Amino acid sequence: MIPEIGHFALIVALFVSVVQAVVPLVGAIRGDRAWMDMARPAALAQFALIATAFGALMSCYVSSDFSVLNVVQNSHTDKPLIYKMSGVWANHEGSMLLWVLILSVYGMAVSVFGGNLPPGLRARALSVQAMIGFGFLLFILLTSNPFTRVDPAPVNGDGLNPLLQDPGLAFHPPFLYLGYVGFSMAFSFAIAALLEGRVDAAWARWVRPWTLVAWCALTLGIAMGSWWAYYTLGWGGWWYWDPVENASLMPWLAGTALLHSSIVVEKRDTLKAWTILLAIVTFSLSLLGTFLVRSGVLTSVHSFAADPARGVFVLALLVVVTGGSLMLFAIRGPALKGGGLFTPLSREGSLLLNNVLMSTASGTVLLGTLYPLFADALDLGKVSVGAPFFNAVFIPLMVPMVVTMAVAPLLSWKRGDLMGALGRLKFAAVAVIAVMVGTWFLGGGSSGPVWAALGLGLAAWLAVGTLFDWAERVRLFRVPFAQSLDKILRLPRSAYGMTVAHLGVAVVIAGITGSSAWTIEKIQVMRPGDTVTVAGYDLTLVGTEDNIPGPNYTTLRAHFSVVRDGRPVTDLYPEKRMFRQPPRPTTDAAIHTNLLGDLYAVIGDADGTGGFVTRLYFNPLVPWIFLGAVVMVIGGLVSLTDRRYRVGAPLRNARAPAKGRA
Amino acid sequence: MTRKQRRLYFVVLGMLALGAATALVLTAMSDTLVYFYTPSDLKTRHVSEGRRMRIGGLVEQGSVERKGDEVRFVVTDLTATLPVVYRGVLPDLFREGQGVVTEGKMDGQGLFHASEVLAKHDENYMPKEVADALKKSGQWQEEGKKP
Repeated sequence: MIPEIGHFALIVALFVSVVQAVVPLVGAIRGDRAWMDMARPAALAQFALIATAFGALMSCYVSSDFSVLNVVQNSHTDKPLIYKMSGVWANHEGSMLLWVLILSVYGMAVSVFGGNLPPGLRARALSVQAMIGFGFLLFILLTSNPFTRVDPAPVNGDGLNPLLQDPGLAFHPPFLYLGYVGFSMAFSFAIAALLEGRVDAAWARWVRPWTLVAWCALTLGIAMGSWWAYYTLGWGGWWYWDPVENASLMPWLAGTALLHSSIVVEKRDTLKAWTILLAIVTFSLSLLGTFLVRSGVLTSVHSFAADPARGVFVLALLVVVTGGSLMLFAIRGPALKGGGLFTPLSREGSLLLNNVLMSTASGTVLLGTLYPLFADALDLGKVSVGAPFFNAVFIPLMVPMVVTMAVAPLLSWKRGDLMGALGRLKFAAVAVIAVMVGTWFLGGGSSGPVWAALGLGLAAWLAVGTLFDWAERVRLFRVPFAQSLDKILRLPRSAYGMTVAHLGVAVVIAGITGSSAWTIEKIQVMRPGDTVTVAGYDLTLVGTEDNIPGPNYTTLRAHFSVVRDGRPVTDLYPEKRMFRQPPRPTTDAAIHTNLLGDLYAVIGDADGTGGFVTRLYFNPLVPWIFLGAVVMVIGGLVSLTDRRYRVGAPLRNARAPAKGRA
Repeated sequence: MTRKQRRLYFVVLGMLALGAATALVLTAMSDTLVYFYTPSDLKTRHVSEGRRMRIGGLVEQGSVERKGDEVRFVVTDLTATLPVVYRGVLPDLFREGQGVVTEGKMDGQGLFHASEVLAKHDENYMPKEVADALKKSGQWQEEGKKP
């Protein structure tokens, strides 16, 4: 019964989405207020229906209803409850349902919080949201119905891929989708603005917080995925430039560009057409990401069995959405007149530079990711494009961007004073030189890689430059301290958001540099009692114990004692788990961190004579990568609490004489 | 600054970025592109020693030999075979009779030195290249598919 309710709710949601797509749009064209206002209850109904469907699937999973095919294929009664629940979105059908659920949550948010939006814009934006929802609901109902029944129902299910039975990966997809789908808001508002033919500061004020929400969720989602890969795959790496990872990185890069260009639209009323284009591109890349992951057209270490028919449907959807919106942009875009003029050396100019570099980087990642497909289609041979390519292309594009990131906030709008800004950054320059020389010495003179010194120098430049910019804003040490304190308290939250987020980037850069420059990897056969020294730590294999029972697996656990300079530091217990259903092994690395570096141990196969292959790593600064990402997200959240987004700021006539009202 | 000048600035900036990206992509492509071969490909065409490449096929039954931390196994596409040597911990799903993709270099004696054996997350999943290689050698059976 429950699966049928879910299925039925989805079908009704499809019809509601048609109504929500058509009626408000027609109303907006005709100027009929009643028709336009249909969008709000429709969006609420849409959410209620899809949430019902999602709840129905969740209940099937929790009660292990094995008459539902999807549950049979992805669940098992043995599984801990949390993985029964995360099993809902750990498969194709369920994850698509999560996708539309999140879409409907955003739709609902517009109708609930959008009371102060101009009715025409709101109606059009909700109509575009409904069109996207229609496409995906149709996709679910036609190709990937999660409620298909099996008769007779098997006694138990096939179980969930054990790699997915992990807290990091249980919550990775929801955050990733919150990000991907969150960009649909910017997209819908962009299309609505094109239909309306008007983009102004009020529009940007509406789009920016949504983009920021999506960006924060996506950043967190990517960081979680990377963290998961780091501790479960047992390779000691955190990023592989794998197609599925690139699929999430591309919308992130474009979304970051969008975040920055919408600042220019909001503050300076210019770069409008470009911002609209970025909104379209960002959402298209999110769809492309969904397509790449779901269709399995690319060989990826993260590929899960995939179905090409679904890939074709998502591809068609991608073509319609991207092609249609770009066509609309081509027709309506030229009419969007830019407002304020500016010179290249201004804050707008540097934000534009950020945009160009981010988009170019996104484009090269796209090229590298899709190149194997082109090469295969054009019969150029089967190729794979891996980390060396992406590192060679991506890093040179990011370096100038990070260099400008420290300078740009010091430039004023319209016309900046580059020499003045650089002059004020002399402390940052001193810090860079100090860090580079320090790195050189600590790295053992000439033996340390030169680029590691450059990477840490870059991080120092950004960190000190950002802090310095904050100090300038509050006139620290220039005016009496009480006055500075007052400024510190009055500085808008969005300025703090930027400072924190940029500091986060500096932390990430330091982490990436440290981990790629000084990682120590030791692979050997160890017998109980053997000791291996890694980066000054003596790791002794004390022993191994086999067949320890877990909830739905048995495990082989090794015990390493870690000693440094004769003093015990910690004990590491890496495991090799054998799951019962499906019968598959997984590796569980043991990690000891002191925030400056991770000691990372993996136990491998037995060599048959009482020894085990072990992989031991020292990964310096890796925790900084994840920490830095969290700092970036905190920055985003701080910025989100800025009062301009809370108070009824987006009123269209805010710039009219009525300004004094607020 | 007039509108025209600003537009010129946009265009120049865009061109510069595109030019730089193209130059980077082209140089990186020529150095870093890794080709995929099957064991049969290696029999028929000459592959220069020391060039990084990927090899895919099935791990031959009974071919896995462990000696210390060194693993030797044979990759087959069921018409030709290639011996591989690898140091390190194999991915969890590495098994005899299963599909495998490995990256590394050939030495002069026809032995493939793998630096990476690629992990797959899903045992129902057959790397696309391996499936194609098996289809090419006429040995493809629908075995990697879900029921």
